[in-house]
Amino acid sequence: MEKFSVLTGVAAPMPMVNVDTDMIMPKQFLKTIKRTGLGVSVFYDMRYDETEAERPEFILNQGAYRNSKILIAGRNFGCGSSREHAPWGLLDFGFRCMIAPSFADIFYNNCFKNGILCITLSEEQVEALTAQADGSDFTVDLEKMEITAPDGSVTPFDLDPTRRHNMLNGLDDIALTLEHLDKIKAFEAKQQAEQPWLYK
Amino acid sequence: MTQPRTLYDKLWDSHAVHQDDDGATLIYIDLHLTHEVTTPQAYEGLRMSNRRMHRTDKTIAVPDHNVPSTPDRLEKIEDPESRLQLETLKQNSEDFGVEYIPMDDIRQGIVHIIGPEQGLTQPGKTIVCGDSHTATHGAFGALAFGIGTSDVEHTLATQTLSMQKSKNMLVRVDGKLPVGTTSKDLILAIIGRIGTAGGTGHVIEYQGEAFTDLSMEGRMTVCNMTIEGGARAGLIAPDEKTFEYLKGKPRSPKSNAWEAAVEFWKTLKTDDGAKFDKEVIIKADEIIPHVTWGTSPEDVLPITGVVPNPDNFDDPNKKAGISRSLEYMGLEADTALDGISVDKVFIGSCTNGRIEDLRAAAAVVEGRKVANTVQMLVVPGSGLVKHQAEEEGLDEIFLAAGAEWREPSCSMCLGMNPDILQPGERCASTSNRNFEGRQGRGGRTHLLSPEMAAAAAVTGHLTDVRKVVSQ
Repeated sequence: MEKFSVLTGVAAPMPMVNVDTDMIMPKQFLKTIKRTGLGVSVFYDMRYDETEAERPEFILNQGAYRNSKILIAGRNFGCGSSREHAPWGLLDFGFRCMIAPSFADIFYNNCFKNGILCITLSEEQVEALTAQADGSDFTVDLEKMEITAPDGSVTPFDLDPTRRHNMLNGLDDIALTLEHLDKIKAFEAKQQAEQPWLYK
Repeated sequence: MTQPRTLYDKLWDSHAVHQDDDGATLIYIDLHLTHEVTTPQAYEGLRMSNRRMHRTDKTIAVPDHNVPSTPDRLEKIEDPESRLQLETLKQNSEDFGVEYIPMDDIRQGIVHIIGPEQGLTQPGKTIVCGDSHTATHGAFGALAFGIGTSDVEHTLATQTLSMQKSKNMLVRVDGKLPVGTTSKDLILAIIGRIGTAGGTGHVIEYQGEAFTDLSMEGRMTVCNMTIEGGARAGLIAPDEKTFEYLKGKPRSPKSNAWEAAVEFWKTLKTDDGAKFDKEVIIKADEIIPHVTWGTSPEDVLPITGVVPNPDNFDDPNKKAGISRSLEYMGLEADTALDGISVDKVFIGSCTNGRIEDLRAAAAVVEGRKVANTVQMLVVPGSGLVKHQAEEEGLDEIFLAAGAEWREPSCSMCLGMNPDILQPGERCASTSNRNFEGRQGRGGRTHLLSPEMAAAAAVTGHLTDVRKVVSQ
């Protein structure tokens, strides 16, 4: 996983609530056996018309927003299915950071597994940042835990220490867990003694 | 004396392998269900990092999402991507030594139907799958939740997941459900009440007579849609019905182990005095058949209701949301829900593809005809459900009414196989999501129970099933 420390880039505002994972990555793109190449399909139905031509009114089809690295979204972003194809698509498009008043649990977790930082702020804070998302650069600093908007105003944010540590260092979750392999094996031995029916 | 604990607390505590200072906990996983859509990249990840599976005896694989529901499915799968994904599951399962149920096996079916059917789903287990409807298995008092592909890979490699504990939420429904109200109406009404983010960050425990009265199938329908209320997992404490359901299933504990298991399972309930972070209490006798009108499962109303009018709402977000939904759904504000005509009816999915669902739908269509403007698909959730239904003659009832009797698959629930809606088509569906484009680009989904779906099939429009069966 790529490290995340300071990100500077355009923020695309998408103030819809309850944007679901079917919207982010429709089912026809779930048939891939790769993680890459999904950026062109992200937000497919909103982004393209029936002839697969771009819809000019959609934010990611406009000027500087084509190179967005940050998405400022509405509450309950990413609700619905567990498909990791949604964060894979967002990452492949170029997004490294999502900002919203709330995220769906599975999507939130999936983003961090792929090096996408999700920042939860109040509705008012998100509205204030949305108002500034005019195609100019924002800076998200994970070391300092703050967002600097184009007008120079700074919004602090919170993140649980483990996620922050893993993002800053680009750590591989599996390698970290395998450091506890002895404990996993000890757990299995104890569980097998107590609940033998769980083991063949 | 120890603090009183919730069922979720007990399941969590008994699976904690290691806890970091900040609360991040390694949770042991007792059962990993896998299917073709969310596993290819996980196995690819293992290969790339030269890792093996920690163990293979707690994982099972079954193809479901891409499987066609037509009888020729074994000979040909037209879509090359679907075919490749299905072949990849088989190959990966063989390469890594995971038990695989092939398409031509009578046990094949939707992953969340076959877990309980095989007795793999048991009280007290932790169960994961790369699919958000893993919540289904909570009906047995198992801690079951959906995960993404990175966590699938993590589970394959370590048989654990690193997690932060969720909060406890109680949904209690007091009293008895009225005659004609089903488990699907119950969960739709709950989602309507709490909203699609109402359970975010929580594990929901369902308590009350309305749930204990339900069959295991009905409880699975409730827990299945917990994710539509934002919670990753839903729980119902196991009881005699749970034990009765599991007794004699192929993978249930046998002989002496059965007695010991049941003794243990009986301890799996919330202690008196345990604290919930959030509580919702609903009266069962107020719940009548429900149907969704919009593009989120929370857009749901009793069938006697009318399509909402955005002008009646002050919140600008809510107003805009309703307007967008109505435009997508092709509905006028203030239209009576009872009477909205449908083009397709879909009975199936991990929400309502079990034998009880097929019986309920068959009881409504028996002696009636599917309206000539409607195509009705009945897709059993597994080969065993299909076989059981055929033993009972349900297939004959559906076919005589003019419905199509299909092979087990996720089918039109999400349209990864060829069963999709065309733009503008309207479907009465027993599935779980009415998101834009879910059943096909431009397709319009109304979620409802199997009984209500069957009533829509015979009348050609959304209607109150209680009126249809009383005629």
